[in-house]
Amino acid sequence: MAISVRGLVKRFGGATPVTALDGVDLTVRRGTVLGVLGPNGAGKTTLVRILSTLIRPDAGTAVVGGLDVLRDARDLRRLIGLTGQYAAVDAKLSGLENLYLIARLLDVPRRAARARAREMLERFSLTEAGNRPAGTYSGGMRRRLDLAASIVGEPAVLFLDEPTTGLDPRTRNEVWDEVRRMTGNGTTVLLTTQYMEEAERLADALAVVDRGKVIADGPVEELRARVGGSVLRVQPADPADLPAMRAVLSGAVRVAPDEAGDEGMLRIPVQGDDDLTAVVRLLGTHGFALARVDTREPTLDEVFLTLTAGAPAPEREKAMS
Amino acid sequence: MSSAAIGLTAGAGPVLRLRRSTAHLRALVRRGLLQIKADPNSLFDVVLAPVIYTVLFVYVFGGAISSSRAEYVQYVMPGLMAMVAINVAMTAGVGVNSDFSTGMMDRFRTLPISRFSVLAAQVLVEAGRMAVTMAVLLGMGFALGLRVPGGALGLAGAAGLTMLFGMALLWVSVLLGLTLNSPQAVQGIGMVAVLPLQFGSSIFAPTGTMPGWLRAFTDVNPLSNLADACRALVNGEGAVAAPALTTVAWAAGIALVVAPLAAVRFGRGDR
Repeated sequence: MAISVRGLVKRFGGATPVTALDGVDLTVRRGTVLGVLGPNGAGKTTLVRILSTLIRPDAGTAVVGGLDVLRDARDLRRLIGLTGQYAAVDAKLSGLENLYLIARLLDVPRRAARARAREMLERFSLTEAGNRPAGTYSGGMRRRLDLAASIVGEPAVLFLDEPTTGLDPRTRNEVWDEVRRMTGNGTTVLLTTQYMEEAERLADALAVVDRGKVIADGPVEELRARVGGSVLRVQPADPADLPAMRAVLSGAVRVAPDEAGDEGMLRIPVQGDDDLTAVVRLLGTHGFALARVDTREPTLDEVFLTLTAGAPAPEREKAMS
Repeated sequence: MSSAAIGLTAGAGPVLRLRRSTAHLRALVRRGLLQIKADPNSLFDVVLAPVIYTVLFVYVFGGAISSSRAEYVQYVMPGLMAMVAINVAMTAGVGVNSDFSTGMMDRFRTLPISRFSVLAAQVLVEAGRMAVTMAVLLGMGFALGLRVPGGALGLAGAAGLTMLFGMALLWVSVLLGLTLNSPQAVQGIGMVAVLPLQFGSSIFAPTGTMPGWLRAFTDVNPLSNLADACRALVNGEGAVAAPALTTVAWAAGIALVVAPLAAVRFGRGDR
């Protein structure tokens, strides 16, 4: 295992102590991508900061590349690269100098460090801007430089904390391509994201995190199956029937929370034909007039929403009311 | 897992480790110098402050404080060395602080380098700025007719003593930079904190006319001791040993307390 985490706990003090991680377990196989999926405040960044030795856990163990984050922090730093939520580049230094600095700090000899810096600029299409201060770069260029700085030392394990938040589609695709290239070379990646599409495109396995806990994990396909073969959507002819319909169905099956774009509909994950029949029969018995019924494959969005629906967080309660 | 990389560190002897640490420090100092090169305006304060202080004190206050301007130049210039050096020292934490807000510090702290080297590089670069500001001050002094009866050795001694004390105060600013929330707070608090030390001292006027309670303060004030020592060294008259030793003791005391605190605070890093 490239990453192995057991019972990880982290609390932050202050007037109202917050438990950011509440006993997290997860493993990542070498050369694979784990997508850590969760809403804001779920504990994703805290997890990444512990694994990259920036903060210390209060309890539990975390081993990266066979090295313990507490006992072997110094050696561990030789194996990892981190791209945080903010582009960690020196705005006053040129792109080239930024990368050269990191290469030198990774003990690459001068000449090789310069060559390596140029090679990275080339790879991230920054050669032309290479001698300009990074402060003059666009947001996307800066993020690319940041990613380049994270992999200048060819880390065995790469942590990406919401790497594409706020990026335009073109830059996002470039970042995704680079992540794929890294894993092709055997690099292990742990990636946090709020975007289902990103997780779906890049991850081999998923860990869904909510309020400091892993509420579901496994291969992407397996998680899909766990939510059910498909999602049934029903729309009453009279929108006023919606609450009554929800009440009837909630007694028998699980109803996914509302979602933008599906207004006026109930979404019900169904395991198989029997479930489907049962739901339709139930609706018929109560005499609801239906405007539309359809089924489709669940998106990761629905996987996530369904998995977290058991214990609604405040904002989700609001969305449901 | 890249066992090759681990083998590399495990096999590293003390000599190799030292050579690496030196290379890290050089790379980080180089970064500091490149930052100045990219933004030459950041040297304005370092160059202008000594010019302004010299003109202000020699021409505005000098006539009132002392009977002759030439005499006051001999009195105030050695003390002004301490004044300008300390102003530079108190800005050292600003860079450290902004490295935290830009995420640059996270980058450094995930690299296999001694975390202390990041702070040490900052201190070295600021010491360079301090040397520049003192050089400008002395240039102004010579232009106004400063004589050095104490000789080159005396002048070097005064500059060295001032640098030593300034380096100790640098760590105070670094600690502020690691503790406070914004670069502005670091600069503001640093400046205000040293203001009473600077003016409640023998830098600008002899303490003989001050009331007793103030004299009690100025006598223990390390800046009085530093200014007295510098004045004696430059003018080649007066006691050197006592104020110089007191200054060194202060510098050592401050550095011994504050530098480890800064290092611990930095290492823990939750900020």
